Amino acid sequence: MAVAQVGVRTDLYERMLLIRKFETESERQYKAARIGGYCHISSGQEATTVGTIEAMTDDDLLVTGYRCHGFALARGVPPEAVMAELFGRRSGCAHGRGGSMHLLDVSRGFYGGWGIVAGQLPIATGLAHGLVRRGREDAVLCELGDGAVNMGAWHESLNLAALWRLPIVYLVINNRYGMGTSVERASAEPEIFKRARAHRMEGERVDGDDLDEVTEAATRLLARAREQREPAVLEAVTYRYRGHSVADAGLNYRTKEEIAEAEARDPIERARARLLERGASEDQLDEAAERAAAAVAAAVEFAENDPEPDVSELAYGMHAAGSDVQFAPMRLGAPYGEDELVFDAGLGR
Amino acid sequence: MTTATADSAPEATGGTTTMTYREALRLALREEMQRDPSVFLMGEEVGVFEGSYKVSAGLLDEFGPDRVIDTPISEEGFVGAGIGAALLGERPVVEIMTINFLLVAMDQVINHAAKIGTMFGGEVRCPLVIRTPNGGGNQLTAQHSQSFEGWFAGTPGLKVVAPANPADAKGLLKQAIRDEDPVLVVENLPIYKQKGDVPGDPEHLVPIGRARVAREGRDVSIVAHGFATVRALDVAERLASEHGVEAEVVDLRSLRPLDVETVAASVARTNRAVLVEEGWPSYGVTAELAARIQRACFDDLDAPVERVGSAEVPLPYAKNLENAALPNLERIAAAVLATVGLGPQTPVSQH
Repeated sequence: MAVAQVGVRTDLYERMLLIRKFETESERQYKAARIGGYCHISSGQEATTVGTIEAMTDDDLLVTGYRCHGFALARGVPPEAVMAELFGRRSGCAHGRGGSMHLLDVSRGFYGGWGIVAGQLPIATGLAHGLVRRGREDAVLCELGDGAVNMGAWHESLNLAALWRLPIVYLVINNRYGMGTSVERASAEPEIFKRARAHRMEGERVDGDDLDEVTEAATRLLARAREQREPAVLEAVTYRYRGHSVADAGLNYRTKEEIAEAEARDPIERARARLLERGASEDQLDEAAERAAAAVAAAVEFAENDPEPDVSELAYGMHAAGSDVQFAPMRLGAPYGEDELVFDAGLGR
Repeated sequence: MTTATADSAPEATGGTTTMTYREALRLALREEMQRDPSVFLMGEEVGVFEGSYKVSAGLLDEFGPDRVIDTPISEEGFVGAGIGAALLGERPVVEIMTINFLLVAMDQVINHAAKIGTMFGGEVRCPLVIRTPNGGGNQLTAQHSQSFEGWFAGTPGLKVVAPANPADAKGLLKQAIRDEDPVLVVENLPIYKQKGDVPGDPEHLVPIGRARVAREGRDVSIVAHGFATVRALDVAERLASEHGVEAEVVDLRSLRPLDVETVAASVARTNRAVLVEEGWPSYGVTAELAARIQRACFDDLDAPVERVGSAEVPLPYAKNLENAALPNLERIAAAVLATVGLGPQTPVSQH
């Protein structure tokens, strides 16, 4: 099943490389002060990202936490739009209003990177409820980290999903640390997938660095969610090579040896070796790597040349069209400068 | 159309019908659910139990369990689920039993719903309605007697309305359901049973962001919302007959957007303002109003802007203590008399 599915998919390999190279470049640009705020790098987690997205149909919906660059790219959001968002530019996928943590592309069913741990879970659950209400036979993939499973929102969401039989798969990316706290130090039940059983829900753990294994499990669980309205928890065990964010060296809670061990199991190298076994040529794979590098370079060039958002559009999108009329009487007596900053450009989109 | 149960809202197709505030809310829900199949009601005990305060009585029978959804006690979960459904274009109306319980869903309301429009660059909208009553006065004590609407009204990205009578309850709830943005509809426990004339027109809508002069008067403006408006109108009638003071009462109806124009026009006529709210005044609705009035009406004011709210203690149980702490008629009247120069400038304690 897995081999037949993934086969000689050099495109998936290219997608993993695109993410790795994009993340490496993001960290570089952050350190060059062209990217601000928080910047969470996902290097090392590419097999989980690409495998689960590969399991989605075009009509399925995606919700993630804040470590979302890779998911956006895997889902097909143009690297230009992602890098422009990281740069805070007008053509970013959130028009420079969201930044690294709040990527989205509704046209691709990607309803956002969300920044509060576990806050995206109830919303993803509601999207699944919305799919059912609208008679759609699609499913939601909701990504979260291992740190999110000790939040109340996790339990409330799983309970609602099981109670209402919602088409959703909660993808727990267990990269072994929530910031600097290991899963063992945070979770009384560190085998996270087992917690699904408390809600009479299917729970499953896979090697998150094995592209075939991830793709097979995600395909099966998403199909089950779509066809039988059975929600599930899929725990993918992987490792994040870099710190929690670019500001964290990631070394005071884990050893260099541990990181080196993880890097020796690199998901991209494993995918490459397997592709070669299955008949892909070195040239083919090298060309894929070159295309990925070129795409990242083009994204940076695009972002550099894209204009900043106009300050006169500060409140752009905050409210729906027509809201200007509702807010107009609030201009009177407003604090100094609000007229120019908020009201003049319009509150409604 | 079927008439669901004996105590469901009266059928009203033209002119006005006298009904209670809760019946007006129910009528608004029924009409909007009949008009738009994407509207659904979700919350604790809204279906089989017919609502803790019976607002949704009969709706489960009429619309079925897919549109009147009983949830577990799980506010963070189902408020978030409402947000998610709204992102797909559904029109969820989420009932929170009282505003006190909205605190456990605060992260979803403030940090999620309110952020969607801006944080995602206007790419997606969240047409969510949350309905919930505020207020004290029934000896429900510290954890169940609060009025937090000012917190929400201070959050860009949200809209907050607070109907003070049955006609507005219908018109504002309907408008909130039709709005494309997240709207908090703040109802009020003591006025669920209050009666009033309600237009039967299914297109009776009250615009969001427009206050209403509920009583005209030349001497002083009392500005209030929700149940405080009801008290303000009582005080105005009493002061007119006992002291010849004609107070104008401005019912805000909407806290965000806030109709400062209507408030300022009233204060410009009367030159005096008394602001009343059920919540604590510090950093509250009246604090916001006072700041905007001093800026908009600096040259019009003949007296300091006065305000009355709940005494700044967690609300006590004993009836006499609770009465003393709430913005009762006596405290409002004293503040108005002080502002028009007929009483001590700083109202004395009731005890």
